[in-house]
Amino acid sequence: MAWWLIVLIKSAILLFVVVTSFAYAMLVERKVLGWMQLRPGPNRVGPWGLMQPAADAAKLILKEDLTPETADPLLYKLAPFISLVTAFAVYAVIPFGASPAGATWAIGNVNAGILFILAITSLGVYGICLGGWASGSKYPLLGSVRSTAQMISYELAMSLSLIGVLLLAGTTSLDGIVNAQLRWWFFIPQFVGCIIYVVTAVAETNRAPFDLVEAETELVAGFHTEYSGLRFGLFFIAEYVNMLSVSCIATLLFFGGWNAPFGWTAIPAVGWFVIKVACFMFFYMWLRATLPRLRYDRLMAFGWKFLLPVATLNLVVTAIVVAYKG
Amino acid sequence: MSGATRKRLYNIGAILRGLSITFGFMFRKRPTIQYPSVKKQHAPRFHGLHELRRYADGKERCIGCELCSSVCPANAITVIGAENSPEDRRSPGERYAARYEIDELRCIFCGMCEEACPTDAIVLTPRFEMSDYRRGSLIYDKARLLVPPEAGVGTPPDERPGGIPGDLGRVADVKSTTDVDQGYLATWRGQILITQRKGLALLKPPVRSGAAQKDETP
Repeated sequence: MAWWLIVLIKSAILLFVVVTSFAYAMLVERKVLGWMQLRPGPNRVGPWGLMQPAADAAKLILKEDLTPETADPLLYKLAPFISLVTAFAVYAVIPFGASPAGATWAIGNVNAGILFILAITSLGVYGICLGGWASGSKYPLLGSVRSTAQMISYELAMSLSLIGVLLLAGTTSLDGIVNAQLRWWFFIPQFVGCIIYVVTAVAETNRAPFDLVEAETELVAGFHTEYSGLRFGLFFIAEYVNMLSVSCIATLLFFGGWNAPFGWTAIPAVGWFVIKVACFMFFYMWLRATLPRLRYDRLMAFGWKFLLPVATLNLVVTAIVVAYKG
Repeated sequence: MSGATRKRLYNIGAILRGLSITFGFMFRKRPTIQYPSVKKQHAPRFHGLHELRRYADGKERCIGCELCSSVCPANAITVIGAENSPEDRRSPGERYAARYEIDELRCIFCGMCEEACPTDAIVLTPRFEMSDYRRGSLIYDKARLLVPPEAGVGTPPDERPGGIPGDLGRVADVKSTTDVDQGYLATWRGQILITQRKGLALLKPPVRSGAAQKDETP
């Protein structure tokens, strides 16, 4: 088969899988939040509420698509797509299982996969930032200003926390990093890096308790206040797809990717990958149900005065250990 | 250990404790009642929709005394009494209620009418599913309030068995007898108020002629 046909087929399958898992991640999130608040969660549409995502999608598609008079029309309409495209682009390099000979699970086998992911997720902030600014309204503007500051502060600590893993694995290819974890998952030697990554990943995806960009108590709905209908839906998809992708990255870099723990190979490699990602997704929902939103100055102080120094220290210590042993 | 570090560690402990609490709540019994499919048992004297009762021989209990109307704190009840004639005896007393209307949107379901009634004619049933699409159809007139002749005499609250009665569906079955398009204006209460307003209009000539004309059209 021609290489472009393979890429096309892979992309179509991936798109279907990611969109479906987004839809059901949203349903599960509403269920889990409900259970943690002693509610049953959505259960009216279909058995166990399983058709809820379809009902939500139909509702969003049928809603009116509003553009405020003061909005910058081009950027306002473009912003949701920037968010969505950058959210999906990350999956181009994520391998979901051990690559068989001569083929790869990922669409593109980039040997600098981590760098690609960091570059793409950094672009993701433009969707939020431009969307808020182009709305021509004060709350979205405040939301997008916050997102800019928050993304920059937490991206630093996030990148530093990942470099420790790169040092241990000696490669930036995601396949290589997972294969380096056959004996020890990097979660153990890079404990501090792992914690920092998970915390900054919550901040990067604008999820509670770091959802200051949306902060409904102060900013109505933050950057997407003016968005309605399908455009709002696109931001919503982007948020969940980002959640999924940071969960995938955490799984690949710190929790052994598709490697089975304790040699339990009864479940196939892809199965282990999915289980690990699902655990991370649950953790996000759990955090959202538990923690109140941070105050803005504390968010900044936490990022710059705590996470960044600790991540730097972790990197230095790791570098010394690797240099001494290697 | 400095104070700031201790505080930071304390915060981590607090977060972990919070996480454990929310996790435990996931497995608790949820108090939700799946309402339309599962219904809660109400107290036997739950104050719901009104009902006008009959005697065992089929005569109406209401004697048109208007005590319920005067005691009603929400001014929801309108009663117009009329004399019984020997040929057509509606109630055992001298008078009966020619018109009897309750505006269920005004009603606060306090049960004062029930207490004021000398013949135990008006009672509050435990029926509560009265929602409708039009305000006009929430003004219940006598035809809807009176128990139908084939349904017996109605149950006074102190003889009522626990919970929701079996005939809960009747409320939805009996359609409004008021003209839903005219709504409030078509009811007796509405007509009384219009007449009163007309009287006032005669006493005080309106400043704007247009407003008065608007009021007069029923």
